[in-house]
Amino acid sequence: MATATTNGSSTVIKPDHEAGRKHFIFSQEHEDLRESMQAWVQKEMWPHRNEWEDSYWPTEVMKRAGELGFLGLCFPEEYGGQGGDYYYSLVRAECMSYSGSGGTNMAFAVQSDMVLPPIHLLGTEEQKQRWLVPGIKGEKVGALGITEPGAGSDVAGIRTTAIRDGDEYVINGSKTFITNGPRADFIVLVAKTDPEARHDGITLFVVDLRDENGEKVPGFSVSAELEKMGMHASDTGELAFEDVRVPAENVLGEVGKGFYHIAWELQGERLVAAAGSHAGCERMIEKTLEYAKEREAFGRPIGKFQAIRHKFAEMATKTEAAKQFTYATAWRFANGEYPVREITMAKLFASRVGCEVADECIQILGGYGYMKEYEIERAYRDVRLNRIGAGTDEVMLDVIGRSYGL
Amino acid sequence: MSVIKDTGARATLPPFGEEHEELRQTVSRFVANEIAPNVDEWEAAREFPRELFGRCAELGFLGLKFPERYGGQGGTHLHDAIWVEELARSGGSGGVAAGLNAHASIAMPPIFNFGTEEQKQRWLVPGIKGEKVGCLGITEPGAGSDVAGISTFARRDGDRYIVNGAKTFITNGVRADFLVCAVKTTEEGGHGGISFLVLEREMPGYEVAAKLEKMGWHSSDTGELSFTEVEVPAENLLGEENQGFRLIMANFAWERLLMAIGAVGAMQRLIEVTVSYALERHAFGRPIGKFQAIRHQVAEMATKAEASRALTYNALRVFHEGLDCIRDVTMAKLVTQRAVLEVADQALQIHGGYGYMREYGIERAVRDARLGPIGGGTDEIMKEILGKQMGL
Repeated sequence: MATATTNGSSTVIKPDHEAGRKHFIFSQEHEDLRESMQAWVQKEMWPHRNEWEDSYWPTEVMKRAGELGFLGLCFPEEYGGQGGDYYYSLVRAECMSYSGSGGTNMAFAVQSDMVLPPIHLLGTEEQKQRWLVPGIKGEKVGALGITEPGAGSDVAGIRTTAIRDGDEYVINGSKTFITNGPRADFIVLVAKTDPEARHDGITLFVVDLRDENGEKVPGFSVSAELEKMGMHASDTGELAFEDVRVPAENVLGEVGKGFYHIAWELQGERLVAAAGSHAGCERMIEKTLEYAKEREAFGRPIGKFQAIRHKFAEMATKTEAAKQFTYATAWRFANGEYPVREITMAKLFASRVGCEVADECIQILGGYGYMKEYEIERAYRDVRLNRIGAGTDEVMLDVIGRSYGL
Repeated sequence: MSVIKDTGARATLPPFGEEHEELRQTVSRFVANEIAPNVDEWEAAREFPRELFGRCAELGFLGLKFPERYGGQGGTHLHDAIWVEELARSGGSGGVAAGLNAHASIAMPPIFNFGTEEQKQRWLVPGIKGEKVGCLGITEPGAGSDVAGISTFARRDGDRYIVNGAKTFITNGVRADFLVCAVKTTEEGGHGGISFLVLEREMPGYEVAAKLEKMGWHSSDTGELSFTEVEVPAENLLGEENQGFRLIMANFAWERLLMAIGAVGAMQRLIEVTVSYALERHAFGRPIGKFQAIRHQVAEMATKAEASRALTYNALRVFHEGLDCIRDVTMAKLVTQRAVLEVADQALQIHGGYGYMREYGIERAVRDARLGPIGGGTDEIMKEILGKQMGL
């Protein structure tokens, strides 16, 4: 343990680079979770990262995660969750960075941190039994349907409609860029129940996409499985709804309040995205550091050149800033504040750091970095989504600026 | 559960708590009333009045972290951190903060940490009272970042040392009563041959060779000092002979942390000033802040500021808990000093022509901030420390 006392007669600060200085938000419980989840990810996900790029992550892995309790960390035990606090989500996101697969991480985050939280927060008891409980078990895969071909960041501009007809709503429209969409059993869907209104015409629904035999429900189709720059392990769909009928009891939360529900939902998602970014940076830096210590040029390891050494210092510093920002903001969130401004900043900051670090790692790895084998080019492609998904950088800047009255 | 709104309520981020709020407000009021209105005048005079030390002492600000038996307030480093942050946030200037802190937070801690009881009575007690002003002398015309390369030499001669050499860029150097001075005590010098002596201005051969003109920090005096056969009694040796490098290292952590904290306060100030200007100033029929280009610039500034705060407060927490803090402090120093310079420059851009004029204080903030990536160890030195910690 290092010392930095101020009242001894011979103050010495001894370097102790290995000191385990866990952040004040984490307790032993969090460290225990970190240890077990990281071990699982390294054992059961990491070895398969390359094959999943071609085949998508297998649905059984989600069941396995459910069995181990990793999908319900923050949900109450009565629904099969672990009853943990919000920090469990951060630990989860950090541990997933060991999978080596951005696509898999995203798919799991959609399930545990985007689809299930609104059902838990807004759902009736019956809705929780129908979707939250099997979702936590990993028996049902969920998706979140906000973005449409014609409306992304501007959520109020969506066109999918859900029109009341007796005891049912009739849904028409399409959704795109939907993670888990092609295989999802159900979707938390954002639709207009009052097509004339903007923010106040939006309602959330939980819609079963498949019946008990696994067949698509009438009127629902996957119009495309989308090819992407990265996140290849994840299936992304364009979904079409043609006169899909859902009972009125599938409304999630209040009719006409869907926009505000989603605005809340996005906050948790953004913070988890930020945590995934800094943890991903740590993995990239570790891998690249190993290379820089082994690879020799001009008679010494390239890491011993000052130009390379300083790149590592820069990357580590940015990453640490992102991490501390996310932790500090999570502390606020977990303590009952609703710090939209700081969450938005943390997401913006961490996403950019992710892209910068990926790019710098490729640079240090040189030709190898550009080759598939070293997996950094994949990380680069995967992480590029962070500055677009869950709200673009530009939307983040707008949210932050407006919080100052501008 | 329907609509959750951000009420804007924020708790104080650890390691600070409710118990620190009172001090924060006291400092804030003092700075706003007694410092901010005079900064322009002090900048023009190229120093703030010496009485300011006495006034700060009277209010207890110079002894926040020192025990009551020496006239201090018996607080902790966290209290000092609040003082430094608020000094910047409430409208101090880089120069005023530099002068006050070079004394209270840079020159006095080594006397407290390494001094004998008699040395504490001679310099710490009057220093806390603001009766004597101190400064720390490490940098020389020929050695800055490479501390082991200093050449000021103290030759032992019986029960005294004979000191020859020069120090430069010394904040408070022109008017300081005592100088906590790094000297070589062996011919070869280096890590194992450096000691600290306390020199006093009335010693024959101790001269202020120049009062230096600078890009910023105009309200602090910066001196070049020269020593010709200065006789220093052996009882002025601070700590053990040839163990001075440890003292330097111990001091750096706190000095760098203070710089980071000051930058966090300064950025908050710049953002507040800029937001209010952007809402008042109209162009093309609306407040300029309502243009997206300006709104996004403010968002960028604020994001840098808050990331800096999170990183710095965590480094402060680690330091305060007595853990190894070198990595955290080095990163905080590196990030914040650049961030405040960038934020000041963006503030100047948004203020346009007014930003370039002295009156608004923004151009001063830019000039003051430019020292950050140099003072207390350059950016390049910070990166060397971090890179070496990673085994490179």
